[in-house]
Amino acid sequence: MATLTDPPQQSFQLSQLIYDTRYRSTTIQVVAFILIMAGIWWLGNNVVTNLAARGKDFDFGFLGSRAGYDINQMLVEYSNDSTHARAALVGILNTLLVAFLGCIAATIIGVTAGVLRLSKNWIVGRLMTVYVEGFRNIPLLLWIIVIFAIMTEATPQPRDFRGEDAEASMILWDSVAITNRGIFMPAPQWGANSLLLVAIFLASIVGIFVYRSMARKKQEQTGAQSPVFLVGLALFFIPTLIAYFILGRPVTLNYPELGGFNFSGGLQLRNSFIALWFALSLYTGAFIAEIVRAGILAVNKGQTEASSALGMRPNRTMNLVVLPQALRVIIPPLISQYLNLTKNSSLAIAVGYMDVRATLGGITVNQTGRELEGMLLLGLFYLITSLVISGGMNLYNNSVKLQER
Amino acid sequence: MKKSVFLGTLAVAGVAAGFASAQTLAEVQERGALNCGVTTGLTGFAAPDANGEWQGFDVSICRAVAAAVLGDANAVEFVPTTGQTRFTALASGEIDLLARNTTWTFSRDVDLAFEFVGVNYYDGQGFMVPRELGVSSALELDGATVCIQTGTTTELNLADFFSSNNMSYEPVPIETNAEAQQQYLAGACDVYTTDASGLAATRATFEDPAAHVLLPEIISKEPLGPLVRHGDHEWGDIARWTLNALVAAEELGVTSANVGEIGGTTENPEIRRLLGTEGELGAMLGLDADWAARAIAAVGNYGEVFDGNIGESTPIGLARGLNAQWTDGGLLYSPPFR
Repeated sequence: MATLTDPPQQSFQLSQLIYDTRYRSTTIQVVAFILIMAGIWWLGNNVVTNLAARGKDFDFGFLGSRAGYDINQMLVEYSNDSTHARAALVGILNTLLVAFLGCIAATIIGVTAGVLRLSKNWIVGRLMTVYVEGFRNIPLLLWIIVIFAIMTEATPQPRDFRGEDAEASMILWDSVAITNRGIFMPAPQWGANSLLLVAIFLASIVGIFVYRSMARKKQEQTGAQSPVFLVGLALFFIPTLIAYFILGRPVTLNYPELGGFNFSGGLQLRNSFIALWFALSLYTGAFIAEIVRAGILAVNKGQTEASSALGMRPNRTMNLVVLPQALRVIIPPLISQYLNLTKNSSLAIAVGYMDVRATLGGITVNQTGRELEGMLLLGLFYLITSLVISGGMNLYNNSVKLQER
Repeated sequence: MKKSVFLGTLAVAGVAAGFASAQTLAEVQERGALNCGVTTGLTGFAAPDANGEWQGFDVSICRAVAAAVLGDANAVEFVPTTGQTRFTALASGEIDLLARNTTWTFSRDVDLAFEFVGVNYYDGQGFMVPRELGVSSALELDGATVCIQTGTTTELNLADFFSSNNMSYEPVPIETNAEAQQQYLAGACDVYTTDASGLAATRATFEDPAAHVLLPEIISKEPLGPLVRHGDHEWGDIARWTLNALVAAEELGVTSANVGEIGGTTENPEIRRLLGTEGELGAMLGLDADWAARAIAAVGNYGEVFDGNIGESTPIGLARGLNAQWTDGGLLYSPPFR
């Protein structure tokens, strides 16, 4: 009679942690985790010891003390009596402004250049190739400095506009002055009732969208196309213009005037801002152009041929058939370009644009001697900004990607 | 990603803060060269000449210390620093001595944990404008655009000056003197402000210096001097007394020409102590007896350094003014070598 024996109880041996594939990966991860933690602890301890040895403490109290320096471009109230935290906020807003405008301009430039680079017109295609290769292969810093240098050296000084026979004159009916300190242009002055005017303008924009969706519905049902573009254009201008005159011209323009040393009044776009914005947009635009080109090439040629066979004109084919499909390929790398642009805006230091790198990470750190704290805050800001951009773009990506069921 | 950013920052900080002890002298001697922080280029104070040799008033301090410590005035590695990078460079140990017309202020001395070893130039902040602007006083500058080096005391003084006089201005922040000069000459700013000595030095390099005026107002005290890290008092003493030796040498009539024999021939005990033919002053510093004699022989006494680099016979043309010896009515006063 055969006795049934239990299978031999396998005893666990330490060597199994390395040689047994069931445990090996866990072992490696645990060891790596311990090493990393030890490394962090060692570095942290090092910082604390060395700071203590130098008689320095780790303290963010400097953010609350008086900054004492001035910033030339501020989107919120700021004076040299404000705190370092306020100065950092001014810098943050300046960074976000140039990054936001840069992303928009880079997208427009990039999509245009990307589409045109595929043009069958030899000259247009080659021109775009020159643009893309030129900007992609030369460091951004050089472009920023080149544009800045051109704007400073090749434009007249404000005092050249003075006198009877001035060397320079304002353009566009004496309203815009291009100087080596920036472009001075009329700024809107909001009078009484201007809120109503803005409301009407916003309402007419909503109207455009409503009309468009109505037109689309009508087209889907009956096949008849409505003049969407012309009606939209009319809606955009006419109601606001009529309201403008009925309300008694609530919005006037504040023209820049030469007084004292400089133009005053109006809106000043500083050279540093323009140079940074331009260079960032053109540089990132070149990368976006390549992404767009790749996206378009990724759409099967059969799609274009099919839409031609249906009698669609080439621009409609591009807008309605090719680009929507290309977007799925374009958007993920586009997110990286937006992140790059935002981070590259810290090159503002080259032209003295007062972004967060220049206020918090530059002057504040220098005047207070809090390098470690300042750089940690700066790193945190860029990290959060990047994550927000990336998160937002990923939401958009989810909405345009192929919907699978 | 979060972790790597954190790690990187800590690693940088760990390295940056890792040098703070009393061993700079030994390090310098072992290295055989002094790492000396200077400006990125300000004619007369610190700038490379046509042969790439650093020359200037601040450079002489570096050379004097190198001569005292290493016996060779050329054993200096010059590290160009900007207004923003200078303190980090010193704090991190990248340089042993910062001789870069840096203003001695309370917070830099106390909070940034540096040690100013003395004043080698008594300065004040001034303004330079093109002559054709027709401005004769800084009080007429309301609304002007001002070029200013960021991270400096001049930046703070400027803000205080304009707000206390109820005037407005537009700051154009820039990084280096060369950049400021280019912006100012291109007319991107109406006014350039920095220490008056720096203005004079900058103007001297212009094609037509006479077309630019320095306004009479001096809006601040700017005692400029070399500095070292806190915590290494032996090294601080060496830098301090090398500077004092140059000042004392002028007062005592010791020059680079006579330093060779005057120590043996003079009856003046202070000169003998200074030059190491009597007493043990060198040994107290941990150096040879003729440390000061080497420094003076290498660069000359304070007066020679001043006249040779920024004095009235140079294109920069600064008068001694406050920087004359106390015996001539100036502020220069070396504690006794005793």
